Amino acid sequence: MNILSVENLTKTYRSGNRELTVLDQVNFEVEQGKTLSIVGPSGSGKTTLLGLCAGLDVASSGSVLMDGKPLENMTEDQRAGIRNQLVGFIFQNFQLLQTLTALENVMVPLELKKRKDAKEKAKELLENVGLGDRLTHYPNQLSGGEQQRVSIARAFANEPKILFADEPTGNLDTETGELIENLIFNLNEQHGTTLILVTHDLELAARTHHSLHIKGGKIQEAING
Amino acid sequence: MVDWGWSFIMAKREFRKTGAKLILFVSAIVTGIAALVAVTSFGDNLSKDIDNQAKELLGADLLLKKNQTIAFPEIEKIASEHSLEINFASMVYFPKVGDSRLTQVRALEGEFPYYGTLETLPQEAEREFRSGGSKALVEKTLMAQFGAIVGDSVKVGNVTLEIVGALQKVPGQTGITATVAPAVYIPMDQLEASGLVQYGSRVNYNHYFLFSETFDLQGLIDDNKEIWDEDRVNFDTVQSQKESTGRSFENLSNFLTLVAFIAVLLGCVGVGSAVNVFVKEKLPSVAVLRCLGVKALDIIVVYLVQIFFMGLVGSIIGAIAGALLQFLLPLVFSDFLPVEVTVQLAWGAIGVGIVTGVIISILFALIPLLKIRKVSPMMTLRSDDQSGGFGNDPARIFVLFAIIVFILLFSFFLLGKWDQTFWFTGFVVLSFGALWLLAMGVMKAIRTFLPISLNYPVRQALSNLYRPNNQTVSLLATIGLGTAMIGTLFFIQDQLLDEVRFADKEDQPNMLFFDIQTSQVDSMITVLESEGLPILQHVPIITMGVSEVNGLSKMDNEELGDEERRSGSFYNREFRVTYRDSLINTEELVDGVLRPYNAESDSIFVSMEEGYAERNHVNIGDEIVFNVQGRPLTTYVGSIRKVNFRRVSTNFLVVFPDKVLDNAPKFHVLITKTKNDIASANIQNTIVRQFPNVSVVNLSMIVETLEDLLGKIGFVIQFMAFFSILTGILVLISSLLISKFQRVRENILLRTIGAERKVLIKINILEYLFLGSLAAGGGLVLSVLASFLLSYFVFEIAFSLPWQPLFLVFGLITGLTVFLGWINSLNILKANTMDILRT
Repeated sequence: MNILSVENLTKTYRSGNRELTVLDQVNFEVEQGKTLSIVGPSGSGKTTLLGLCAGLDVASSGSVLMDGKPLENMTEDQRAGIRNQLVGFIFQNFQLLQTLTALENVMVPLELKKRKDAKEKAKELLENVGLGDRLTHYPNQLSGGEQQRVSIARAFANEPKILFADEPTGNLDTETGELIENLIFNLNEQHGTTLILVTHDLELAARTHHSLHIKGGKIQEAING
Repeated sequence: MVDWGWSFIMAKREFRKTGAKLILFVSAIVTGIAALVAVTSFGDNLSKDIDNQAKELLGADLLLKKNQTIAFPEIEKIASEHSLEINFASMVYFPKVGDSRLTQVRALEGEFPYYGTLETLPQEAEREFRSGGSKALVEKTLMAQFGAIVGDSVKVGNVTLEIVGALQKVPGQTGITATVAPAVYIPMDQLEASGLVQYGSRVNYNHYFLFSETFDLQGLIDDNKEIWDEDRVNFDTVQSQKESTGRSFENLSNFLTLVAFIAVLLGCVGVGSAVNVFVKEKLPSVAVLRCLGVKALDIIVVYLVQIFFMGLVGSIIGAIAGALLQFLLPLVFSDFLPVEVTVQLAWGAIGVGIVTGVIISILFALIPLLKIRKVSPMMTLRSDDQSGGFGNDPARIFVLFAIIVFILLFSFFLLGKWDQTFWFTGFVVLSFGALWLLAMGVMKAIRTFLPISLNYPVRQALSNLYRPNNQTVSLLATIGLGTAMIGTLFFIQDQLLDEVRFADKEDQPNMLFFDIQTSQVDSMITVLESEGLPILQHVPIITMGVSEVNGLSKMDNEELGDEERRSGSFYNREFRVTYRDSLINTEELVDGVLRPYNAESDSIFVSMEEGYAERNHVNIGDEIVFNVQGRPLTTYVGSIRKVNFRRVSTNFLVVFPDKVLDNAPKFHVLITKTKNDIASANIQNTIVRQFPNVSVVNLSMIVETLEDLLGKIGFVIQFMAFFSILTGILVLISSLLISKFQRVRENILLRTIGAERKVLIKINILEYLFLGSLAAGGGLVLSVLASFLLSYFVFEIAFSLPWQPLFLVFGLITGLTVFLGWINSLNILKANTMDILRT
């Protein structure tokens, strides 16, 4: 079954008097439990595509079906609700809430789902990523790799059906980046989530089941892994 | 549906890290709330004290007064006590220093005041005064002015009295009254010997009565009101005195509360601006929360809860400060208070202050907070500029509207009148609007026109005025408005004093002698001319009243409808008229002609002053029957004159033609011009010694009294306006601290690429020089405009640009801003380069 279906997706921006087409008639589908990488050079539209698929933005035309639900007609708050239920995020620059501890950062998605065991569950997740002894530390007290591990724990907290990762190792050194990559794929397999990964690292892209190469807002080729 | 539980939890977590910043934000409202609570508490306490001490305000149960001799034998029979006070303006002379001054002489018979006392120093002086003999009690300000002590003499008319005590307080009187008309009490049995009550003297006969507790005073008043009205007798009771005193102080209290409210509004502008910066810093976190599935409203509540809490804390701190500050207010207002003020906690005022502070800080914080709704979760992937202008957001416009409505309702709550409410609200909105426009205009102009040829520090300093997280709007609004208030106050004071001083600059009269009897005129003229003084005017004055107007007596007038009825005071007034067939230089004919009286068969045509005629619906051709010392005189209004009452001259509401009143009993006024203050003092003392009944007014005395009076009033308003300035300074300090981290980073980066320390200091100083001078300049433009409008429409005096005070205020405000900016820059430059680059 397809967890994500994208049909004729187009996104244009107005820049002064000109219209800029960032995505042009993009079509693809992703099966539940599979992994997909979106690869392309800088400015190719891959981040925009990720944002539209995750419901972070609204397309100019076309449709996105997430778990059978069409996102294009939803309000921002409705999409937020979908995100809380179905989606996890891992960002290039970690995007942790600076005023919350590591534990509290991971608790947020659980609290939004009204989980009574939010604290215990968050603790467990952080222990799974090897940060059991850093629960009360703030992001500015953690290294880059540790912050990304917190971000990963948070992404899996609400048991998402689909996980979006935007250049998850982009801000990390090679060694730490490899550790993080392994962690993401291992946890992904454990939880059975669908992983959609944006990267320009072809080695990382090769680890996914499928790859979409995008250039100039158009899909150039889809490669099955 | 808001998830309150989660929002509170998040608010608590956020507050751990951001609480200190928010504390800074709300410090701006503390001074305003303190001023508001202090003034409203003081007003509440004063109102209660006026209520409790109402009897002491009058000193008796009933006061009957008239400006002619009158007795009330029937009332004396039923009263428990009766006192008579005869008071009038007269010169008193201090032989020890050889100087004199116009005072209010009060001849007293009886035990008045029955409530309260004549407070004297020494305390036993009152008893000694009442024991009889040639004794006087003199107001303490008068004694201080002439260096008199107990035991010295004071000459009142033809009698010389011993000063047995200094009057500290008289029931119902304030320090202001003592400034304008200091009192000298003399025993009634000395009055005749003084020779001061003569024809034409403006004398008031005050009868004070005390009744038993069960006496039906209202019944007595109801039975006699009409007769008293007919006889032109005015009456006052404890209740009416309480009401009129209460009304005056309510007006004062409301005015000062409005001034304090302006300080609160300024603080809230500071809060709004600081929350704006705070929200901008939080936008990335907001985007993350949106990504995670948090609804916009829940996020707004997270920050609103923190703002509410800090607004509450700030308001409570302000309320506590205000409750303590009110202990100072009796000292500030001491010259205006007719009663002893009991300072105690006024819970109502404290409650109003706290609620006002919380509501207004939430409203102002909502304007930037509502931006959060527009934050897209895409910001997590791509940082966009999420801020939308007002034009894009009806919710923010609604909040702005709610703020204006709140200001409207709050001011109506204080003022009770819609027209005054709209004026005040209009003034506040216009002033804020003007300063906001100035700030936006300056930022746009710099952004558009900043020349690249300017040297780097100047260019950077100017750019800082419009860069993200700038404080230009809030600083211009707060410091600018505070400057506008202080500036207006100084300028108006100056304009009013200049108006009086101007008369001395030209060849205008500056000295006036009045209450001169006909038998004294020639001698006085001889004395003045022997001193080389010109007789600029010699004016005879006759007193009279009105019996009928167009055939209608006072009683007939009372029965007319509201539209047709003339004011009762027209019939009650004692007119002082003169006679001549020409105009003087303070007059201008606006209607009709001056018609002379040549033969007994001629009708008598009088000339009336324009404003008085208008107010009393008197027109050309109207018939007025005057009562001249018991003799009716039929006249017709032949002309209307415009009179400049501000010149030192005898100006009259009614002028008769020559020859009509030649034989009527009269007194005289002589007007002259002296070269300097010494000459004025010399001639004044000479006249007072030789003609003790003659009163003297000289311009320097008017200027001195006015300066004193305006100084006292000005001090009170400056005290309140100070809170606005203090708020502006707090907003400035908090904005410096808020932007400190960003500035530190910038300065470090500049140092890294080679900028010298002195260049960085120069940039900071220039930035605050521009900000300070813009704020001061904007505020001063507003104050010049306000001063012009007040001069033209309220005081009706000429307006001239006050250059000296203008530059002084400008320099002070700009200097203060630059100084604080300089201090801040020294702190910023202490930061360690590597520590910052690592973060």
